[in-house]
Amino acid sequence: MSDQVAIQLQKATKRFTSPNGKSFTALRDLDLTVAAGEFTAVVGPTGCGKSTTLALISGLEAPSAGTVRVFGEPVSAVGRSVGYVFQRDAVFPWKSVLDNVAMGPRMRGVDTGQANAEARQWIARVGLDGFERYYPHQLSGGMRKRVALAQTLINHPKILLMDEPFSALDVQTRALMENELLDLWASTGSSVVFVTHDLEEAIGMADRVVVITAGPGTVKGTYRVDLPRPRNIAEIRFQPRFIELYGEIWNDLRDEVLVSYERTKNRVAS
Amino acid sequence: MLVQVLRVVLAIVILGTWEITTRVGCYGPDSGTCVVDPFFFGQPSGIWTQLVKWVQVGTAQGPLWEQIAVTLEETVLGFAIGVVLGIIFGVALGRNRLLSDVLGPYIKAMNAMPRVVLGSIFTIALGLEMPSKVALAVVLVFFVVFFNAFQGVREVDRDLLANARILGASQRQLSRHVILPSALSWILASLHTSFGFALVGAIVGEYLGARKGIGLMIATAQGTFNANGVFAAMFILAVVAIVAEALVTKLEDRLIKWRPNAITEVSI
Ligand SMILES: Nc1ncnc2c1ncn2[C@@H]1O[C@H](COP(=O)(O)OP(=O)(O)OP(=O)(O)O)[C@@H](O)[C@H]1O
Ligand SMILES: [Mg+2]
Repeated sequence: MSDQVAIQLQKATKRFTSPNGKSFTALRDLDLTVAAGEFTAVVGPTGCGKSTTLALISGLEAPSAGTVRVFGEPVSAVGRSVGYVFQRDAVFPWKSVLDNVAMGPRMRGVDTGQANAEARQWIARVGLDGFERYYPHQLSGGMRKRVALAQTLINHPKILLMDEPFSALDVQTRALMENELLDLWASTGSSVVFVTHDLEEAIGMADRVVVITAGPGTVKGTYRVDLPRPRNIAEIRFQPRFIELYGEIWNDLRDEVLVSYERTKNRVAS
Repeated sequence: MLVQVLRVVLAIVILGTWEITTRVGCYGPDSGTCVVDPFFFGQPSGIWTQLVKWVQVGTAQGPLWEQIAVTLEETVLGFAIGVVLGIIFGVALGRNRLLSDVLGPYIKAMNAMPRVVLGSIFTIALGLEMPSKVALAVVLVFFVVFFNAFQGVREVDRDLLANARILGASQRQLSRHVILPSALSWILASLHTSFGFALVGAIVGEYLGARKGIGLMIATAQGTFNANGVFAAMFILAVVAIVAEALVTKLEDRLIKWRPNAITEVSI
């Protein structure tokens, strides 16, 4: 891991216009720095602005105030070095698995034969051998997620943004995919921002866990995860240090989740 | 199998009732007690005779196949032109905010008008030949396809657009790989109705004034109080419409085999 800064958000603020016309602050003064090659997990209560943070980094959304930099450059458009696995299914329903996965290289000017060959390799790596000709509606939710993963990873992104990529998977597949992702990450050295609801997953995967406050989101705390690598996701959660970290971070996170929960309840009641 | 049997039974019951009610007491000495007068409402056997006569002898304005061919040609031309224009305008307005804000109210106003009336204008302006019928068909088809294409472009999933941009798509690639395929299912759904509209345009155009065509056959039959003739022409139209519908469905299945089931088209 080098000391080069891959992603830097400084006092990033994002305001949306809510459906009733008012201005709504999703993120306020969020500071976040991700070193090159670092795996950062972001946790926080629902609606706190995690997806919005990723949208800012990707260049899909511009901050209302503050700055967002990727490798030192202010983000002004969607960058080529970014890969983004979306929270919602975003595979193209009119493209077969093969065409979906080959989409990135094709868009970037690689010729069809080459792109398809690469795509086949990635399809195999995510365990979808034999499903090349299938259309997304013929796959299960978890399989679609894997297509999305292959579709993103085939571009070798230096910045990898992942928004709850494994939440639709069953526990076993999930552990498999998590380990697979860690292996891939170790071999590519990309900088990852990994959003999740699951604190265990966050600690198990990441070098650093960032807790975001209930909306408007800002950083509540950052925790370095000093567990050795390579890690085995299925086993690491039984280590004493893991349990210690979990207790520590959960303390922070719980308060925010409660705030968020109370708010939602009051909104429903009123 | 059961469905097919029931279908045939239903047809027999309806045609049988029609035939019998237009026969009993309609002929001979007690012809005053007729239940349904075949003079006004036709009669299946009469319609059949009419069809056979058209096929064997031809119609007042020439052989039957010629009338069908003329009407079909107008319909297909009007359909094709209307579809192409509808897609072009729909996609253009769907992608361009300014354009849609400027033209939107006019298109809505034009859509609210009963456009069939334009048939009279076209007959005056373009004469009794083919162009006036094609023009009417184009106008009818255009709006259906336009609204669907427009809606289709507007309904494109934002996440899919975002994903394509992340994957490296340029504006043109966005149109080709995301916006058009997404809009295509809406556009294709509209083709079912719009072929029907094209047929209506051609027929009404002919009815208003023509030298050939099924619409003219209907007008002629009406002029001679020939109810059977009107029904026989309707029957021919129905067959044409069913064949066309089957062709459109086939086209749709080919173009969007990725879709589990059809979207129902927008009602306008
Ligand atoms: N395009 C938008 N327009 C208006 N409000 C938005 C928009 N996108 C997000 N928001 C609001 O911003 C807030 C943060 O949304 P975001 O999707 O970032 O939350 P999240 O932390 O990802 O939540 P979850 O964990 O449930 O996915 C929410 O209150 C949401 O309603
Ligand atoms: Mg989210």
